[in-house]
Amino acid sequence: MTSAALTPAHSSGGLSDFFYRRSGLLTLALILPPLIWIGIVYIGSLFALLLQSFYSLDEFSGLIVHEFTLSTYGHLFSASNLTIILRTVVMAALVTVASAFVAFPIAYYAARYARGGWKALFYLAVMMPLWSSYLVKVYAWKLILAKEGIITWVLDKIYLGWALDALLAVPVIGGSSLSFSYIGTFLVFVYIWLPYMILPTQAALERVPKSFIEASADLGASPRQTFRTVILPLALPGLIAGSIFTFSLTLGDYIIPQIIGNSRPFIGSTVYALQGTAGDIPLAAAFTVVPIVIMGIYLVIARRMGAFDAL
Amino acid sequence: MPVAVRFQHVSRHFGSVRAVDDVSLDIAEGEFFAMLGPSGSGKTTCLRLIAGFEQPSSGHIEIFGETAEGLPPYKRNVNTVFQDYALFPHMTVGENVAYGLMIKGVARAEREQKALAALSMVKLKGFEQRRPSQLSGGQRQRVALARALVNQPKVLLLDEPLGALDLKLREQMQEELKALQKQLGITFVFVTHDQGEALSMADRVAIFNEGKIVQAGSPADVYERPRSRFVADFVGSSNVLPPAFSTAHGGPSAWTSLRPEKIRLLATGETLPAGHHAATGKVTAVHYQGSIIRLVADVSGTRLTAALPAGSAAPPEGASVTLVWDAASPVAMEPA
Repeated sequence: MTSAALTPAHSSGGLSDFFYRRSGLLTLALILPPLIWIGIVYIGSLFALLLQSFYSLDEFSGLIVHEFTLSTYGHLFSASNLTIILRTVVMAALVTVASAFVAFPIAYYAARYARGGWKALFYLAVMMPLWSSYLVKVYAWKLILAKEGIITWVLDKIYLGWALDALLAVPVIGGSSLSFSYIGTFLVFVYIWLPYMILPTQAALERVPKSFIEASADLGASPRQTFRTVILPLALPGLIAGSIFTFSLTLGDYIIPQIIGNSRPFIGSTVYALQGTAGDIPLAAAFTVVPIVIMGIYLVIARRMGAFDAL
Repeated sequence: MPVAVRFQHVSRHFGSVRAVDDVSLDIAEGEFFAMLGPSGSGKTTCLRLIAGFEQPSSGHIEIFGETAEGLPPYKRNVNTVFQDYALFPHMTVGENVAYGLMIKGVARAEREQKALAALSMVKLKGFEQRRPSQLSGGQRQRVALARALVNQPKVLLLDEPLGALDLKLREQMQEELKALQKQLGITFVFVTHDQGEALSMADRVAIFNEGKIVQAGSPADVYERPRSRFVADFVGSSNVLPPAFSTAHGGPSAWTSLRPEKIRLLATGETLPAGHHAATGKVTAVHYQGSIIRLVADVSGTRLTAALPAGSAAPPEGASVTLVWDAASPVAMEPA
């Protein structure tokens, strides 16, 4: 037997053969371009930005002093800036918790019960809002929440206008109308980010086989106990993934608080103002460090609590 | 002997599909009971009716004299070993086994000690801290068994528990399960589509087809005296012979089942012994199978398979042979 019998007459694809023998090299060739892209364009520029936070602004000339200093962080922790951070973090936390509560039943239904056409409808319903422009949705909400909007109108018609008035009379969260209150900002945030909570939660629940729930019941657990000891722990990685989205997107958003609410600054809108009109890039950079640090702490705590044990 | 599980005219319909169709059966306490049938025959649905994952559309189920229908699974003193084991991936092996006890509110020290005992019973001592994902299929199966048994169920349900294991391991687990059942005295209800498994392990076998029990009895009973063509065909392999063949060869005018191992070859010069029947045909195939030689012959259009002992000289294909069997060997069956 000669070796010619092993190779077809028209041997082609020397490159394929080469990569077949060195599959590691192929992986490297595939991963390198995106790796360079992520490394330079994303992480590189992020570090360049963070570096800026260790510079400072010369208040007199308005020029950036390229010398290492912590004075910008000193500014960051001034009372007024801390109020902005606190306001944003509280809002982001509330939006995240509310999104989780709204998303979970929807995700649970979609993962456990929806089949075929209903499942397709679910994906469509969750994804469709993402297809339309963010700005259009926010402005639409402005109309919905306005004093002349549909919510006020409907509540008046069913003689519940007083309830809305009472809600808006509550200090801090209230205001002249829903679209000029924290309640309005909160509602729009929840609406806009909800799909980002539903999808990972649904994906996590999808991976819980029916037999786990049956096994739990078989071993004597009531539905409530099964939920607490089996379903929730297994859905937790999905909820955490979703909360990373809702939390960090709320932390960084600068448009919604400008259009809906009482115009009090959030981290995002502050960064926007600082790098624009004020030209204070160092402080703007210092502000962007805040969400990164908060998310880092959040993930460490989640990991400590065993949120990723099921992964 | 008291009845562990009783079905009285139980049906379970899914839309127009009659998964379980008017099944009545009694499973005695301490019995190793196998439900055998092809997939979709209703055996697993019957198991799920006992566990409480399904409720009957009609009929009555009793577990140790207590009415079971309407009772959720978590209020039944039965436990299940699932086909996919269903071990919780976010818990250690020890936590998995102790799960039922934790739910019942047993104190930590006591449940850990009981979980350890259960794990050593299935020969998995020292595995408590591992995750299910770090175990092999056979080990997971043992954990699932320990997790069920630690609750001391009155009935243990096993849904094709050995289906995912390789042959060697399966045979070993069959022996261990049987020994465990004897030792504990718990009623085992075992669902399988593997007739060999059912015959070798069970005290009694129920054979399912299309939602009904077509025959129930001891393994020897269902193997030696199949009541229908379906049972003869499904339990082991058999020559299912039409009435015309049977009458032509001295048998009754009915469908008969003739097991291949009941047939031997008539040696040249040998006369037909008294009380035996014979048929002459042509060899169409010879399969060497180690412990036996399977010989297929064509007897004027009817295929007859004989299992010859290993080492016997098999005639070549195309040779003419005379097949002999005891007149008592063919079993008359219902036509269905």
